[in-house]
Amino acid sequence: MAVSAPPAQRRGMTKTEKRNQVMGLLFISPWLIGFLLFALFPLAASLYYSMTNYDFIREPQFIGAANYVRLFTTDPDFWTVMYNTLYYVGIGVPLGIAVAFLIANLLNSEIKGRTLFRSVIYIPSIVPTVCAAMVWLFILNVQYGAINGILKTMGLATIPFLSSPELAKPSLIMIYIWAQGTAVVIFLASLQDVPRSLYDAALVDGANAWNRFWNVTVPLCTPVILFNFIMGIIAAFQDFTLPFVLTGGGPMKSTEFYVVNLYRNAFVQFSIGKASAMAWILFLIILLFSVILFRTSARWVYYGGEK
Amino acid sequence: MTSASQTVTGTTQVQQPSKVRSQSFGNTVAKFAIYTLLILLSITWIFPLYWMATSSLKDDPQIYTVPPVLIPNPAYWNNFYDAWTRFDFNQAAFNSVFLYSVPVTILTLISSLIVAYGFAKIPFRGREPLFWICIATMMLPWQVTMVPLFIIFKNLGWINTYWPFVVPSMFGNAYFIFLLRQFFRSIPEELSDAARIDGAGEFGILWRIIVPLSKPAIAVVLLFRFMWSWNDYLGPLIYINTESMQPLALAIYRMRTLALSMGTTAMAYPHLMAVSTLVALPIILIFIFAQRTFIEGISTTGLKG
Repeated sequence: MAVSAPPAQRRGMTKTEKRNQVMGLLFISPWLIGFLLFALFPLAASLYYSMTNYDFIREPQFIGAANYVRLFTTDPDFWTVMYNTLYYVGIGVPLGIAVAFLIANLLNSEIKGRTLFRSVIYIPSIVPTVCAAMVWLFILNVQYGAINGILKTMGLATIPFLSSPELAKPSLIMIYIWAQGTAVVIFLASLQDVPRSLYDAALVDGANAWNRFWNVTVPLCTPVILFNFIMGIIAAFQDFTLPFVLTGGGPMKSTEFYVVNLYRNAFVQFSIGKASAMAWILFLIILLFSVILFRTSARWVYYGGEK
Repeated sequence: MTSASQTVTGTTQVQQPSKVRSQSFGNTVAKFAIYTLLILLSITWIFPLYWMATSSLKDDPQIYTVPPVLIPNPAYWNNFYDAWTRFDFNQAAFNSVFLYSVPVTILTLISSLIVAYGFAKIPFRGREPLFWICIATMMLPWQVTMVPLFIIFKNLGWINTYWPFVVPSMFGNAYFIFLLRQFFRSIPEELSDAARIDGAGEFGILWRIIVPLSKPAIAVVLLFRFMWSWNDYLGPLIYINTESMQPLALAIYRMRTLALSMGTTAMAYPHLMAVSTLVALPIILIFIFAQRTFIEGISTTGLKG
């Protein structure tokens, strides 16, 4: 760890130190300027707009916390949108992690063709979301989609995956899980780091496959599970392209997720104040979830003997 | 290591042949189960992409036939050409590559290299806290800055241009700054010192010593940044209004509207699948040829696709 100069030397910097101070700040200045211009200033501006009435055209009018109050009390869509999003995040993220972890464990066993299997599982997560959305739109179609085609062939009833308000969210969760290749790769890398000696020791103690999985693999992977959980929640709360392109929020607002609604408020309705308030609420929700996960993590995450 | 483990297994086998046999039988069953599961999962996972590619080759009757046509016969290969030219996809591809992905990727790399070098190799006061701020910005949801940035870029007259993507990329990207900084720190300081004695400045050290040694990390930056801009949908949706300026992602969305309104007539679905296949293909090919770089990028920093 490089530590900055000890206090005793603070008064007089040597020539090299002075040069380093200038050069260091010069090198990081692109980021520093970018941070001020494209993060800090917009962040403050967004907080200000969230307390105004603004439509891009007339000057913003300051109205205090009214946007927030209206969202929580009288807004017809806010709680629907919130419910949809929590449903998607609350079911999709844990399910996605469970599936990804199980697939990673299968891939980590002594098999031939691991690279090929891993590629097949991973590729859907890098295919452009628009392209993936198009093919799912087609596959899940009630009339000429592949899945309903197979059901019809077997003489079964068709399933209105995307056209029924009850099934649209589960369908989107299914696609979400299909695109969890990144989590699989991260899990696989962490599984490969689990020392073999621990399994050998467990084997000597007579542990069966399930015991080895539950008492060796899972505890040692908890830090990565926590990482994937937090990253997953942050990403899922912000999901936009898939629901927007696939269902456009419908049917009957059943897939109107948070950011889809935020986008609509900002760039279709031009309710900048309301959209900014929504953005800040989202920011705080994500922060809250991350903090809760970190706080509880002491109870379930194992950090190699350190407490 | 290999020989040691072989010796151990060898002795076990000699000492307890019966136990080993039952164990190996159990192993065979377990292996069979694992392979079966993996093959089933793989088929499920690859099916949508298979369906996208093969539907590109169908004509309208093959699209709505029940049972679904698994292998198109006859295959209409000219669908790819017809779909691509139905809307001006050449223009969209030009926009995606030359106005968006390439400039943004190169500028992000250069700026991130410079900033990462400052954070990794030059000791200066305030470096650690500034670095932590840099890391913290990765947690900031972009929706919070989306609206004010739009207002700024609108006032600058940058709507319908690619400046809102190109200009911010000149200021580094926190993910890549972090990635490169970690990589730079693993490069021994002696190499820089040797160059310093030969009279090289900090920029000289960065370009001539650090960059050539950091090719794996640079490859990760190039790949992921290119992929993100290629796949980006919301950014262009906000900033690009005219059709001639649209990148591929938005052009595909226009074809979706056509498919939804026409159903199984006028080749809407085959063409929609054909352009989706063509737009996804470069990303899949890049992955196949640079698989190790992808896997390393994800496993070390958790970069998302």
